[in-house]
Amino acid sequence: MRARLPILGLLGALVLMPYLWMVAASLKPASEIFRASLSLWPEHLAIAENYGRVLSRVPVLLYLWNGIVVCGGILLFQLLFAVPAGYALAKLRFPGRSLAFGAVMLGLLVPPHVPALPLYVAASGLGLLDSYTALIAPFAISVFAIFLFRQFFSALPDDLLHAARLDGMGEWAIVWRVVLPNAWPAATAFAIFSVVSHWNDLFWPLIVVQGHAHATPALGVLQFRSEEAGDDFGAMMAAAVLMTLPLVLAFLLAQRRFVEGIATTGLKG
Amino acid sequence: MRPPRLAGEAVAGALMTLPAAIAYLLLLLLPTLATALLAFTDYELGAPDLGWIGLGNFQEMLADRGFGVSVRNTLVYVGLVTPVSILGGLGLALLVEAGAKGRAFFRAVFFLPVVSLTAAMAAAWQYLLHPTIGPVNAALRAMGVGTPFWLSSSDTVLLSLAAIGVWESIGFNMVLFMAGLTAIPRELYAAAEVDGARSGFDRFRLVTWPLLGPTTLFVLTISMIRSLRVFDTVAVLTQGGPNKASEVLLFTMYQQGFTYLRLGYSAAITLVFLAVVLALMWLQTRVLDRRVHYS
Repeated sequence: MRARLPILGLLGALVLMPYLWMVAASLKPASEIFRASLSLWPEHLAIAENYGRVLSRVPVLLYLWNGIVVCGGILLFQLLFAVPAGYALAKLRFPGRSLAFGAVMLGLLVPPHVPALPLYVAASGLGLLDSYTALIAPFAISVFAIFLFRQFFSALPDDLLHAARLDGMGEWAIVWRVVLPNAWPAATAFAIFSVVSHWNDLFWPLIVVQGHAHATPALGVLQFRSEEAGDDFGAMMAAAVLMTLPLVLAFLLAQRRFVEGIATTGLKG
Repeated sequence: MRPPRLAGEAVAGALMTLPAAIAYLLLLLLPTLATALLAFTDYELGAPDLGWIGLGNFQEMLADRGFGVSVRNTLVYVGLVTPVSILGGLGLALLVEAGAKGRAFFRAVFFLPVVSLTAAMAAAWQYLLHPTIGPVNAALRAMGVGTPFWLSSSDTVLLSLAAIGVWESIGFNMVLFMAGLTAIPRELYAAAEVDGARSGFDRFRLVTWPLLGPTTLFVLTISMIRSLRVFDTVAVLTQGGPNKASEVLLFTMYQQGFTYLRLGYSAAITLVFLAVVLALMWLQTRVLDRRVHYS
C-alpha cells in the first residue's frame, strides 16, 4: 500500500477542514471574512478584536467553569453510587441481587431522553430549574457505570478479598481501599466516557437552564450565537474555539486513554 | 464461622446497593413510567388538571403532517449517516491499521470530531457552509460550479446535516472497528495466504470480513441509535427549518414538550422514539443469536 499515507493525508485534511477554517476565521477581521477569499492565513490579524468581543460580551470563563462543575459533579455521584453497587453485584450474595441486576440491564435500554419530561416537571415543581442541581441530579445514577464496574470487579481474584477480610476489613473498607485502587482502568475509561458525553450534551441544559448563570459550554455557544453574534463570524468562531479547546487539549494530551475509554465504553452509544 | 459472615455479607450487599437503588427508582424508573403514563393524557404544563385521553395523542400523531415529515426526515438522516459512517469507518480502520507509520497520528485526527463540542463545531459548519461567505461555496465558485444554499434550502438541508453527522461519527466507528480488527488472530491471514488467498482483497473477503461480523453488527446498531438521536446540530443550525425540512424526531419532541409545553403529546413522541430504539436492540440480539457466528 504505497498510496496509504497520501490517501490518509487527504482524508485527514478533509476531516480537519472545519477546525482550520474555524481558527482562521477567528483570526480574521470582518472585512476579510466577508470577502470570502480562499486563503486560510489572514492578511491582518484580528485576534484581539474577535476574542476580545467574545470575552467582553459573554462570560466564557463562567461557561467553562459551569462545564467543569457539572461534569465533575455528575462523575462524582455516578462513581459514589456505582462503585459499591457494582462491587456488591459482582462479589456479594444478598437477597434481591438478581432483581437488582435485572433492573440494571433494563435501565441500559432506556435513552436519557425518555425520563426527561417528568424530571423537568419535578425540577420545575421543586423550584430547581436553572441550578446546578437540575443539571447534575438526573445523571447522578448511571446504570451503565454499575454494569461496567460489575463486569470489571467480577474479574478481580477472590483471594484478594479473602485476604482483606482475614485482615479484619469490613466490606465498605474493602470497596474503597482494596477494590477501588484496582479499578482505575475501568474508572478512567468510564470517567472519559462520562465527561465527554456530558460536556457535549445540549439537550438537557437547553431544557433546564435559562440565562447565563448556569449555562454549560454547549449552551453558551448557542446563546452567544442567537443573542450576540448575528453575522459576526469572527467573534462566533472565536467563541467556538474557546469552548472546544479544553476537551480537545485533554484529548491530545491523553489520546490513547481517550480512544480506549470510548472504545471500551462504546456499547452505550 | 461461615453463617455469621454470610449474614454480614447479605447486609453489606443490600446496604451497598441501596443508595443506587433509591437513585435508580427516583431518577430513572419512576420518571420513565411517568412518561409512559403521560403519553396517554392531554397534560400541558401549567394546566390545572389533566385528562386521560387513551390513544388520542397517537391518533393526533398519525393525522399530523408535521409529525409525518419529522419521522420521514429522521429516517432519511439515519439512512444517509449509518451506511456512510460505517463503510467509511471500516475503510479508515483498515487503512490506518495497514501500516505502522502515522498510525497514532491519523487515529487522533479522525477521532477528533468525537471529542469536539458538537454545538461549537456546528457553528463552525455554519460558517463553512454559508451560502455567500462560506469557504465551501467560495471554492465551488472558483471552480465555476453552482453554489447551493446548503443549510438554508429545503432541498439540501438534510444532506448537509447528514454530512456533518458522518463527519462526527466516522472516527467513532473507526475506533470500534480497530478494536475488532486487533482481535483477529494474525495466523489466520498466514493460513489464508497458504490456501491461495494472494491478494489483499481475497484476505479481506475470506478472513477480515467474516470475523468482523459481530463487530459490524454492533457498530450498525450503535450507529443507527446514535443517528436516531440527532438533536444538537438541528437545534443549533436549523431549528427544524426551513419549512420543517430538517424537523427530526427528538427536536419535534423537544419543541412540543418544552416550547409549546404540550407534555402529553411530547411524551407520546418519546414513547415512539423509545419503541424504535428497543426494536433496533431487539433486532441486534436476534441476529446475533442466529447469524453472525463464524461459519
